[in-house]
Order: sequence, then C-alpha cells, then structure tokens
Amino acid sequence: MSQKQQTKMVPLPTDIIIPERDLGKQPVLDIRNLGIDFGGLTAVDEFTLAIGKTEIAGLIGPNGAGKTTIFNLLTNVYQPTRGSILLQGIDTKGMTTAQVNKMGIARTFQNIRLFGGMSVLDNVKVGLHNSIKCSMFSSILHLPGYYKAENAARARCMELLDFMGMADMAQYQAGSLPYGAQRRLEIVRALATNPAIILLDEPAAGMNPSETAELMDHIRRIRDEFQIAVMLIEHDMNLVMGVCEGIAVVNYGKIIAKGTPEQICNNPVVIEAYLGKKGAGEHAAES
Amino acid sequence: MRLWKSKTSRQNLITLAVLSVLFALFYGLDSGGVLKRSLSGQLVPICVYIVMALSLNLTVGIMGELSLGHAGFMSIGAFSGVVAVTMLGNSIESPALLMTLGIIIGAALAGVAGFLIGIPVLRLRGDYLAIVTLAFGEIIKNILNCLYVTIDADGLHAAMFNGMELSGTFIINGPQGASITNRISTFGTGIVLVMVTLVIIMNFVHSKEGRAIKAIRDNRIAAESVGLNVTAYKMKAFVLSAAMAGAAGVLFAMNYSAIEPKKFNFNTSISVLVMVVLGGMGNLRGSIIAAIVLTVLPELLRGFDDYRMLIYAVVLILVMVLGANTRFQQFKITMKEKLKKRFSRKEAAK
Repeated sequence: MSQKQQTKMVPLPTDIIIPERDLGKQPVLDIRNLGIDFGGLTAVDEFTLAIGKTEIAGLIGPNGAGKTTIFNLLTNVYQPTRGSILLQGIDTKGMTTAQVNKMGIARTFQNIRLFGGMSVLDNVKVGLHNSIKCSMFSSILHLPGYYKAENAARARCMELLDFMGMADMAQYQAGSLPYGAQRRLEIVRALATNPAIILLDEPAAGMNPSETAELMDHIRRIRDEFQIAVMLIEHDMNLVMGVCEGIAVVNYGKIIAKGTPEQICNNPVVIEAYLGKKGAGEHAAES
Repeated sequence: MRLWKSKTSRQNLITLAVLSVLFALFYGLDSGGVLKRSLSGQLVPICVYIVMALSLNLTVGIMGELSLGHAGFMSIGAFSGVVAVTMLGNSIESPALLMTLGIIIGAALAGVAGFLIGIPVLRLRGDYLAIVTLAFGEIIKNILNCLYVTIDADGLHAAMFNGMELSGTFIINGPQGASITNRISTFGTGIVLVMVTLVIIMNFVHSKEGRAIKAIRDNRIAAESVGLNVTAYKMKAFVLSAAMAGAAGVLFAMNYSAIEPKKFNFNTSISVLVMVVLGGMGNLRGSIIAAIVLTVLPELLRGFDDYRMLIYAVVLILVMVLGANTRFQQFKITMKEKLKKRFSRKEAAK
C-alpha cells in the first residue's frame, strides 16, 4: 500500500509529536476530542493526541488533572461522553475492557493491582492466558495438550520475567514482593498480553533513585525489543524528561501543552500550571 | 514422574492416595460387616456431602462468591436422576451402568440449571449474589414441591399443581417427593464419584480456567485489564459446581426409597456451606475432612439434634470472626513454626 493512501485513511492531527521514525506509519493510538463528564463535572475535555507505533509518550500534569481518568477511558473502564479512540485504526467504542486488551492496550495501575494470593509465575500466566490454546475439557482431564500448552506458557513467562530481571522470584507469592518488584511484575503481566501499546500509571511511584534509573532502562528496552509504544503517567520529572520522546501536559482535563521534553521544560503555561502564576514569574526571572 | 516433579501435583497425589487408603479401609470394614449399622448407613451420605462440599468450595472458596442455594442444584440432580433411572431401569440391567447414566443425566440437568441461574446471578456481586442464590434454592424447592411426574407404557407424563389427572405410576408426587424403586447407590459408586470430583476440581484449579477464576477473585479490575472475560470464566466454574452438586444429588437420592423436596432446603445449603467454611475456603482437603466430621457427628450426637443448626450458626460465626482476626492468625503462624521446629529437631536427633 502506498504511503499516501495510509495517511489518507488516518488523517493525523496537525499538532502531532510523533517521533520521526514513526512518521508516515499509522499511529498506534489516535485519540480525538475525547471527553467525559461525571454528572456536571467535566473531568476530561477536548483531549486529542496521537501516539506513534514505537513512541515513548509521557502524560504529566498536577494532581487531579485527569491523567488516570484518561487511562481509564483508553481501556474502556469508563465510556467517553464525547470523542473517539482509534486503536490501530479501529474505533474501540462500546468494547469491554477485556476486548480492548485483546485489541492491544495493556496497562498497569497507580495503586498496584496484582493477584496477591497467587505466585509471581501464575500472575504472568494469567496475563498470557488468551494465548494459551487449551480447551477446558483437555485441562480438566490433563490430556497431553494441557501439558504442552502449560509448558509453552511457562517458558514464555520465564522469558518475560527474565527480561525484567525477576526470573528468580517466579515462585514467590506476588503480594509478598517488595514494592518496586510488584510494580515491575505488573509491567511483566501487562507485556504478557502481547500489547501494541502499554500504559504505565506512575511506574516509578515509591521507587528509590537507583530503581528509577533501572526502570528507565527497562522502559527503553521494552520499546526496542517488543517494538511497541509506551505511554506513561509520572510525577518523577527525571524519568519523564529522560525517557519520553513526546510529552503532553494536562490540567483540569485539558491538554495545555504538547511537545518534546525541551519544549515542555521551557513552556511558561506548563510552569504556571505546576507552580502557579507567581511561581511562573519567579521562574522566568531566574532563567 | 512428570507428575511428581511439581509441588502442587505432588500435594494432589498425596491427597488422592490418603483418601483412597481411607476409602479402601472403610470399604473392607463395611463388606466385612464390622461396622455398626448406624455408621455403615452413613457411608453413602458421607460421600454425597464430600462431593457437595468440594463443589461448593469451587464457588465459595476458589471463585469467592457466596452461594446459598447449593441444595437447589442437588435437588435438580436428585429428581432428574430418579426419573432417568426409573425410565432406563426397564431396558438396562447393570446397576453400575444405570447409576453412571443417572449421575451423568442428573449432573447435566443441574449444570443446565446452573447456566440458566448463572446468567442473571453472576452479574451480581457479594451480598446480592448470596441473596439471589438463596432465593433460587427456595424457588427450585417450591417448584419441585408441586411437580408431578408419572410413568406408564406411553412414557413420561408431567404436570404442575394437579397430578390427579396423570395416568400411570408416580415417580415424583408433589410434596411427597420421588419414590425410588431400585436403590442402586452403593459405597463403591460413592467412592468413584468422590475421586472423579476431586480430580476434576484439582485439575480445574491448576488449569488456565482455574487461574483466571482465582485472578478474578483476587482483583477483578486487573483481571479485566489483562483481557479476561470475567462473566464467561465465572460461568464455567458455576456450571461445573452445579453439575457436581447434581451428581451428588443423584447419589443421595438413590440411597433411599423415597425422597422429599423439603430435604433440599436452606438448612442443607447452610450445612454444606459450614463444611466449606470450617474446612477452609479453597482448601479441598479441609472440605473433605469437614464433610466427614459434620456428617458423622450429628449421628453420634443424636441427643443434641434440636441444637444442631444453632451450633452450626455459632461455628460459622466463630470461623468468620477468627479467620479475620489478625491476632488469631498470628497465633496460628507462631504455633505452626513451633511445631515445625520441634519436628525438625526430632529429625536432626535421629
């Protein structure tokens, strides 16, 4: 198919920040004029963003700006009041969270949501379950097909755990892991669903600086080796500025700025949103 | 050897082995005529309640949804099993084959009922699910209370409310219940049914479906986010649980010459629930032990029969309270460690 036709099929928004290598390819996620109202409160409004096929995108903003709500909208936990979400060119309207995941969006949670009573390995196996091809009949009778599927799944899980440096923890109970490991396990579980884009909700929350540095490395490796897009919400500016190629800043549910890390750092609107009007003035005076 | 390698399947094999030895022992004692009549009469009900407790454990312990209508599925299995066995009884000689067919039919119908009830019920959560299953248990009992089925040369006839018009001999006669012409339940069939149920549940729990259900129990939102179809998996477990209760019902009914619908009331559901809670949620071994103890004890303590449900209620509350009590859990853990230390010291001394 020619380049021209592709771009015609999915007209890109004008103010995109897709990195150069993804330009011309269909964006993995194309969000248009997304909005949701809770009663009279408009939590998200006019949210338009496109994310390239292998982009690492950041979503930042002050507390209560609506960042997690946007993740919940993308995974259809909430149904949007307005606007549309195109995942690889397909509108996800009306799908369930599970269907959206099968289509290619995986996520982690701000307040960790692991299957605490199960082993680390089983947590990842649950993530992998849609690709385990084994009928209920065969698994109840433990036919050879069951062992084949289970062994394949186990090998894949260990591969993924090893990727995040957790292979030695496979038999531990997920709920008893240290905080940082729990966050990494959530990422492994999300990766196991074979996504096209992975949404990370504050992946570095509660991590110490060395863990955060390791996480940055992991995020880059996830993009490079799986060739998928990453979108992350984070308050740790070192991580966001260090790893993201494009950043969108939200405040009161609206995008107030988009751009590369350098552009965002020096954007007076962003500084104002974070520090207030007076703070912004001081910042300008300092620089 | 593959089985022995993994820890979980090793545990399962141990459970099965211990249970088979126990069963073999009692089977020998029973056929040798050593057992007291009262205990020997309890052998089939023990098997029935083990299957009931195991199947309810799948819903309550492993899926984490409180179901209070488990006796309803048991009664569907029992009554359909009686009808099937009476119908097939003329053409099939072998009691073992007859029993197998009866159990399969009873289980299938109870499974279908589980599916139909599951459609509305599994959309609910927590207390709501408990209340609706309670209601369904009672509804099934009341439907069976006014169901009349007869058999004659033309085949089966059935009517609701008005059984007088039907021709032929009654199989199910309203509130008087079902009459069983050939009591074909034996301890042997009971043993086989318990073993099959146990193996099915163990395998189910360690399969992809079992993991999915435990994941949904642990964190529903996360389970959805990794692409699990929550309702479909819950339905699978619920239907399986209902079908096994139905099988237990057939075994139960075929042990008596007559069985009334009111036998399968709320109290029966609660008794089975007590077995599950007492044995430990999700703990299959515990369920088996609790089922045996709670079936034999009331017989031994006949004098306290009036207080049985009261004691059950108190036990249920105690288990719930102590289970949630962190201090008691701490106490349990320290006791366990002490015991472990003592054992390891003994072994070291050897």
